[in-house]
Amino acid sequence: MGVIHVTDRAGQRHTLEAIEGWRVMEIIRDWGLPIEGLCGGACECATCHVFVAEEWLGRLYPPTEEEEDQLDTVMTQPNSRLSCQILWTPELDGLEVTLAPTGA
Amino acid sequence: MTDHIETDVVIIGAGPVGLFAVFELGLLDIKCHLIDILPKVGGQCAELYPEKPIYDIPGFPMVTGQGLVDNLMAQIEPFHPTFHLNEMVESLESIGTPEAPLFRVRTSENGTTFTCKAVIIAAGGGSFQPKKPPIENIEAYEGTGVYYAVRKMEMFRNKKVLIVGGGDSALDWTVNLQPIAKRLTLLHRRDAFRAAPHTVEKMRSLVASGDMDLHLGQVTSLKGEEPVLEGAVIRKDDGSEFTVDCDVMLPFFGLTMKLGPIADWGLNLHENLIPVDTEKFETNVSGIFAIGDINTYPGKLKLILSGFHEGALAAQKVHRYVYPEKKLLFQYTTSSTSLQKKLGVAA
Repeated sequence: MGVIHVTDRAGQRHTLEAIEGWRVMEIIRDWGLPIEGLCGGACECATCHVFVAEEWLGRLYPPTEEEEDQLDTVMTQPNSRLSCQILWTPELDGLEVTLAPTGA
Repeated sequence: MTDHIETDVVIIGAGPVGLFAVFELGLLDIKCHLIDILPKVGGQCAELYPEKPIYDIPGFPMVTGQGLVDNLMAQIEPFHPTFHLNEMVESLESIGTPEAPLFRVRTSENGTTFTCKAVIIAAGGGSFQPKKPPIENIEAYEGTGVYYAVRKMEMFRNKKVLIVGGGDSALDWTVNLQPIAKRLTLLHRRDAFRAAPHTVEKMRSLVASGDMDLHLGQVTSLKGEEPVLEGAVIRKDDGSEFTVDCDVMLPFFGLTMKLGPIADWGLNLHENLIPVDTEKFETNVSGIFAIGDINTYPGKLKLILSGFHEGALAAQKVHRYVYPEKKLLFQYTTSSTSLQKKLGVAA
């Protein structure tokens, strides 16, 4: 067991209990925070875009080519990731992410 | 010129669930027209994941999104549904009574109007629309300096054009508009493009010969007295910023889904979903049904197979509206000669 910290678009930080093997997108969605996850985690839509805190960035598996293709469709920062492509494991206890703005 | 069509049922959304509803309605002798905003049928299956395998369609250990759509099209062929693609339903007006519903439906693009006895909303996550980059005040320039699609190339002759994106649309329009634009600039997040290799090559050679510009970075703000666009401020990966002069910007960031005009039709909504009962999948308005990902009820699962089931049950109630005098006999396609005749397979 462990947690992730998610800052929503209003700037409020939430600490969410995480479940091993779940995608970070699924954890965020399951707790009812506003993350769309339109394609259901198929890496096809980029609506689960998050910014990962600098200190955590290097501890994640790097994005696949497929994820980079999807990140092309949103406004990114160097710490942009799709949360559906981050599988939560106990090594990610305390992971810190911020929900990216949604398009207009 | 406005077309007017009278039919039994209008189905909004031509995704897998809307397509299968045609089959269930067809078996009950109910005719339908389908309307979809995309230029092709299949909804998310065809637009978002045509190549992705799906493993939970009953009877198919594995089928791709496009494969499923192709099979559904073959399955509903005997019922000759009419498709109205590239059209969005703009208004839905009730002109009947709860006992004898009647609706007038109007689409945006051609202004086609329909009169029908029932409406089935099978719109999934809503209508596909171009993804807008989150740039402050971008709306102020839409239609004057910012366009999400190219309808007429001539509009861009002798203009300073900024194209943003790295996919097929961005690259195709870069290559097509470069010859007529005053100056064309392509902006992308990174130096990798997921477009047809020969188009990427063509773009690279235009850059090499100095006939267009390629920049890596992202637009952070727009310049010019609204609504006249004059430039875009671009931030590079290293944080530095510069401005590209442009009269028009064309962002090609793919598609997203929006509920759109559905919100204005007097239907109860719960978090952008339409609550229905689980007997008929009817909404709070008699004669308007909602099936597939767009509806909600206790225990709802957003699975394609759930949408198929919902369509079959909704069709039973639609039959009562379309044929109030007729008693509905429940039959199987394996044994009913009359159903087999409708499917064109009777011996």
